[in-house]
Amino acid sequence: MNQLATAFSIAAAYLREKKLATALNVLLLGLGVGTIIALVLLLAQAEDRMERDSAGIDLVIGAKGSPMQLILSSVFQVDIPTGNILAADAAPIISSPMVKRAVPLALGDSYKGFRIVGASKDYLHLYQGKVAGGRLWEKPLEAVLGADAARATGLGVGAEFVGTHGLAEGGGSEHGDHPYIVVGVLASSGTVMDRLILTDLASVWELHDHTAPPAMASAPSTPAKQNTAKDVKHQHGDKPGNKHDHAHDAKPQHGDKPGNKHDHAHDAKPTPAGKVDDHEHGEDEKREVTAYLIQYATPLAAVSFPRTVNASSAMQAASPALESARLFQLVGVGVTALKGFAVVMMVCAGLGIFIGLMNALDERRADLALLRVLGASPMVVVLSTMLQGAILGILGVILGVTMGHAAAEWIGQTFAASQRVAIGGRVWITQEWWIIGGALVLALVASLMPAWRAYRDATPELLAEK
Amino acid sequence: MNTLVFMQDVTCRYGGKASAQPTIALPNLTVTQGNHTLLLGPSGSGKTTLLNCIAGLQVVLSGRTEVAGADMVSATAGDRDQLRGSKIGMVMQRLHLISAMTIRANLLLAQRLVGTKVDHTFIEYLAQALDIVDKLDRYPRQLSQGEAQRAAIARALVNKPALLLADEPTSALDDKNCAAAIKLLLDQAALHSATLIVATHDDRIKSHFANIVLLGAA
Repeated sequence: MNQLATAFSIAAAYLREKKLATALNVLLLGLGVGTIIALVLLLAQAEDRMERDSAGIDLVIGAKGSPMQLILSSVFQVDIPTGNILAADAAPIISSPMVKRAVPLALGDSYKGFRIVGASKDYLHLYQGKVAGGRLWEKPLEAVLGADAARATGLGVGAEFVGTHGLAEGGGSEHGDHPYIVVGVLASSGTVMDRLILTDLASVWELHDHTAPPAMASAPSTPAKQNTAKDVKHQHGDKPGNKHDHAHDAKPQHGDKPGNKHDHAHDAKPTPAGKVDDHEHGEDEKREVTAYLIQYATPLAAVSFPRTVNASSAMQAASPALESARLFQLVGVGVTALKGFAVVMMVCAGLGIFIGLMNALDERRADLALLRVLGASPMVVVLSTMLQGAILGILGVILGVTMGHAAAEWIGQTFAASQRVAIGGRVWITQEWWIIGGALVLALVASLMPAWRAYRDATPELLAEK
Repeated sequence: MNTLVFMQDVTCRYGGKASAQPTIALPNLTVTQGNHTLLLGPSGSGKTTLLNCIAGLQVVLSGRTEVAGADMVSATAGDRDQLRGSKIGMVMQRLHLISAMTIRANLLLAQRLVGTKVDHTFIEYLAQALDIVDKLDRYPRQLSQGEAQRAAIARALVNKPALLLADEPTSALDDKNCAAAIKLLLDQAALHSATLIVATHDDRIKSHFANIVLLGAA
């Protein structure tokens, strides 16, 4: 212990003497460690979040298009939907005995960047959602806020707000004549639900006064049930005198107020004009939904059920597990490249430590011999050299961990601003221990050869030769 | 009187450990406690080699070498390191203060390396005696040659050695400083009950020693 303390005081003195070299070595190692830690933190949290968000969802049924887009928009709520499907088309499929639960979703509006999602109450069961205050919705235009959405918007039970058309913050016009009333706030579930504003499906239908929710509002052109880009402007219940034109391929006219003039695109099944005009579309099967989140009744359903869905000309089935894996495979290329770059930085730092120590040894051969003259054992000389590497490694790791977490927090805050993914730097994951261990081992390995040389060269006879 | 150094029929390699170096026969030497001794001889006469053999810095090839009761020939390298640290203080021709450490840290290190209890009071006392008390927290590069030499003497005395070895302590000094340096060594040796052995070619200091061993042609 005494020897270790003595060796430490020598090592610390030598590092202090070479402040710039020490700082550069620490910085280089810190940058390498920090980069890897930031990547690992972000990736792990994203994976964890995606896993939690998709837990319990075996399949998503939606409009044809990119299956990944369907999963991203309907499960993770980060992309625009592929379009809508007719509830009537989906009804025979979701009533299959292979389906345990089918949760319909209708997207299209948002409030301050938080998505307003029309859903059945089963949606809460998927995420074990609990009401923290108030109650669940009972009728149209009653809304329940996820924990993050409530905190960020400042809305509480009893508050009213007006949704904005479109999914992006500040993206579209407001549904000024259809304010929502907040009837409940959910407890934090650590899932996508925290960032959503949930309401009845009927709310979305009523607001848009069509059979179709405006999920496709900002979606690119996709086949089948998608609307065209012009539908971004698709407004209902606009003030009198408003005028907008829409592409139509179906029977027009829904319940806009007198004086409004617009032509609507309805690629959905046409509905009787009278029912449309008074905003009553009748059976829900004639309504459109954005997607169904499916839970299988049996694992065997995974084999045949998706085929059944895909056989339908209007719908596609996408597996969250498969699409998540595919996404990480795609992202993984970039992540691997960045990790490789960070490893190169760490190795450079290791080389820096090695070169620094070797150069210092040349300068300090006499010092090391003197230590022996003063009575130091060879162990103290070896320890003092290895401790220099260890101190550099520890300082580099401390700096790297700090920078890595700060970077992850900063990136998380940036994402938080767009309410996309809740990630940050205030977490600790097991992989970090491996990175820290790796960096320390690297620093120690870098100091092994200098330590051996110190052991070999630091003989009292060296001073006798002088 | 206790015999501190006893050397008989000693041979070792001149100047160091390299096997290419010639073998040198060293004169027999006996130094008793308190009998300050001068090893006087021209450059190359082997006086530094003799000093290194006493300190256990050079491996003796043959003969007997006993220092403070320990057989330096049969002692292990570790034993020699321990003996050197605890019983022998050395002031080398090149002072070899560790540049990365303050003078105080240099002195503390010398105490720590032999495992003795750190004695701050004694360090202050030594610094006071050698007039470097205000230099204790400075680095060697911030000291004059004379101050650095006194710091090196302080380090040699910090573990209260029985034997104080000095290699050419006055060779670079003018007459006035030469006299002051040798007086300082003798005073400090006396003060701390150490026996002083000085190796030098500088015959200006002959008068300070009763026991003089001539080497080589001198």
